[in-house]
Amino acid sequence: MTAKKTKLEVKNLNFYYGSFHALKGVNLEIEAKKVTAFIGPSGCGKSTLLRTFNRMFELYPGMRSEGEILLDGNNILGRDVDVNQLRAKVGMVFQKPTPFPMSIYDNITFGVKLYEKLSKADMDDRVEWALRKAALWEEVKDKLRQSGNSLSGGQQQRLCIARAVAAKPEVLLLDEPTSALDPISTAHIEELIHELKQDYTIAIVTHNMQQAARVSDYTAYMYLGEMVEFGATDDIFTAPKKKATEDYITGKFG
Amino acid sequence: MPPSMDQARLRTEQSMQKYRNTPNHQRQRLLDAAFKNLTRAAAFLVLALLLGILLSLLVGAMPSIQAFGWSFLTSSDWDPVAEKFGALVPIFGTLATATIALLIGVPVSFGIALFLTELCPVWLKRPLGIAIELLAGIPSIIYGIWGLFVFAPFFSDHIQPWMIDNIGPLPGIGFLFQGAPLGIGVFTAGLILAIMVIPFIASVMRDVFEVVPAMLKESAYGLGSTTWEVVRHVVLPYTKTGVVGGIMLGLGRALGETMAVTFVIGNTALFSTSLFDPGNSIASALANEFAEAHGELYLASLIELGLILFFITFVVLACSKLLLLRLKRQEGRQH
Amino acid sequence: MNTSIYRRRRFTNAFNMTASMLTMAFGLFWLAWILYTLLAYGLSGISADVFTQITPPPGSAGGLANAIYGSLLMTLFGTLIGTPVGILAGIYLAEYGERGWLAPATRFINDILLSAPSIVIGLFIYEVYVISVGHFSGWAGSLALSLIVIPVVIRTTENMLRLVPNSLREAAAALGAPRWKVIMYVTLRSAKAGVITGMLLAVARISGETAPLLFTALNNQFMTLDMNQPMANLPVVIFQFAMSPYEDWHTLAWAGALLITFSVLSLNIIARWLGSQKTPSH
Repeated sequence: MTAKKTKLEVKNLNFYYGSFHALKGVNLEIEAKKVTAFIGPSGCGKSTLLRTFNRMFELYPGMRSEGEILLDGNNILGRDVDVNQLRAKVGMVFQKPTPFPMSIYDNITFGVKLYEKLSKADMDDRVEWALRKAALWEEVKDKLRQSGNSLSGGQQQRLCIARAVAAKPEVLLLDEPTSALDPISTAHIEELIHELKQDYTIAIVTHNMQQAARVSDYTAYMYLGEMVEFGATDDIFTAPKKKATEDYITGKFG
Repeated sequence: MPPSMDQARLRTEQSMQKYRNTPNHQRQRLLDAAFKNLTRAAAFLVLALLLGILLSLLVGAMPSIQAFGWSFLTSSDWDPVAEKFGALVPIFGTLATATIALLIGVPVSFGIALFLTELCPVWLKRPLGIAIELLAGIPSIIYGIWGLFVFAPFFSDHIQPWMIDNIGPLPGIGFLFQGAPLGIGVFTAGLILAIMVIPFIASVMRDVFEVVPAMLKESAYGLGSTTWEVVRHVVLPYTKTGVVGGIMLGLGRALGETMAVTFVIGNTALFSTSLFDPGNSIASALANEFAEAHGELYLASLIELGLILFFITFVVLACSKLLLLRLKRQEGRQH
Repeated sequence: MNTSIYRRRRFTNAFNMTASMLTMAFGLFWLAWILYTLLAYGLSGISADVFTQITPPPGSAGGLANAIYGSLLMTLFGTLIGTPVGILAGIYLAEYGERGWLAPATRFINDILLSAPSIVIGLFIYEVYVISVGHFSGWAGSLALSLIVIPVVIRTTENMLRLVPNSLREAAAALGAPRWKVIMYVTLRSAKAGVITGMLLAVARISGETAPLLFTALNNQFMTLDMNQPMANLPVVIFQFAMSPYEDWHTLAWAGALLITFSVLSLNIIARWLGSQKTPSH
């Protein structure tokens, strides 16, 4: 077993929407090539935290952050960081499938083309590779030129995962990736998460505690913008150190 | 994993190494800024356009402004030979036609909006909505040619004589409806303008009626109100500002409408109190005379007419917009 | 229950509802009358000559070919000049406009320009372009028309872009796409049908516009494709021919009126159909 390697380190992170204090002094270390899950009642700041890892909040006015987030030791909240390059390294999959209004093939290549110049053959290989990674290849290999919107919801979500994977990020952020999906598609995607952690560091926000228990190595419980408890998933679910965590996971609250 | 996939993976992995070192992001950042500034320049152009219109008209009208001053607004002279110009007749014509248009157009538009929102069966809503939009889509020159060749003769043969006989002698308003049944004139122009502004006012009214929360209406119905009472006591008060905004929008359209009016108003610079006599509006004076106007002062006077028209419509349309915005904000507060 | 009050209320209601139905009929009546007139007077004037012969002097045979080509050319260039500006400004309002004064001010002024008298646009182009070039021209006409296109396109582009869900913008940004690529390749593409609808509505609007052409493009008795020359166009020819005392000119004016109305209304219908086909929704 290799030594523990920290991929992302959050140091005393505060976050504000206008005057609303959404994250309060969060500290956290996310281990490389593991799955870290964020749970907590809605509005607890788990999605907000995820969105600071790729600075997605910057799309909107009135939001600001304080503190540090280190990706491989470099502060990604620094002013000199190129946000687009950061996002190329930190991919994201959203609550609802977001296929772009173009073909399945072009959906996959969109992100690749932003940072790489590949030959046609290499690009074809990359598309196949990504779609296989997302366990979608067999279903769509004969209709790569069709619109991404023609797929079913579960397929669309896997397309979005393939799209994120194709750009070869180092970290993959999953923001409630199965909340809009049926149980079978959800199972598909959970299997996928197991596969993907061989190569990627994964952070997943979920409102479903069973899901967190099934897919993650580490779990963070958040409440009202604070990190209440963070630890190995097994510990959190079997022997939580804090009463609040126990109340939440046993369903007494939330 | 099949061997070909491994190779593919290796290749892509190698190319990854390369791109990390290229300073591509510098270029992207530049492109991003350039694109944003391009769109901003386009938005700015709209403001520049408004200022440009005002400024160019002001400059063009300068000779006339200097020659006539404020008397331009109060004089009814329009004599290109003697180079004496006053805007009273066209201003009067513009205001009179627009007023007639609103007097007829507003109640009709209200009725149409009421019908479309409260009475119309669902399957008819779309076709009727499209019909109203088509009425708005017909170019104004078509209203003009139709008004001149079809409506004016019909009006002078069948309706005007009756109005002259029956309304003309009435005390108070009779003087407005006297003279010969020519068909064309200020009244006809106003009537055609009414048809032209109906679709605009009606569609604004329909849209604002539709923002009334269903719960509010249902509460009134729940008390046993009739449809009319719901409209009168719930819908109208709720949408008041929007309705006035729609009327102002129609007014703005009516004031600036050119071709339809030019065809049927008769184009004379003589002042008359009867609405059945030919007259002139600012827009029709411009359309008729501008291309053939000679002499600095004549041109400048016409441009000053344009400036006055632009100023009036700007104020009216700005009020309309402000009222509609206020309704929107009020609606926003409720949700 | 007081039945007399109730009866009165019922009567008022019935009366007003009937009046409302009558106003609807009133509106449709004019539409029907105008369309009927156009067909009745216009169809008889339509012949192959209309499309192949140029506008005749009074008393001789001819057509509207020069006016049709002039209108097509000026509408084309007016659209080509106005649409990109309108789309760009629409993008600014929808995508960059959250902060600052420019976006609200532009939106406000744009809505006013949307209904501003088009004859004033003609005066403006006369002042800044025709005078400085020294003559009326097809370019002047196209410029005037483009200024009418811009507000229409801005309004629809902004509205359509606003319908695109933010999740799509986020998804593209999350791949590391720079803002301009997000907008051009994802957002604008999602709103494509709506933006094209706006463009078609703008084309419909300017193909019937007469007032801004009166002293920019003026008119031309002859066929010319030279945009630097005064240029014939359907609306102005209709105006001139209809106001003349000559019977054969009237016939041509009606034919032209039918052509214009037919194209404008079909453009309107196509645009609305396209707009209702695919509105961005997720």
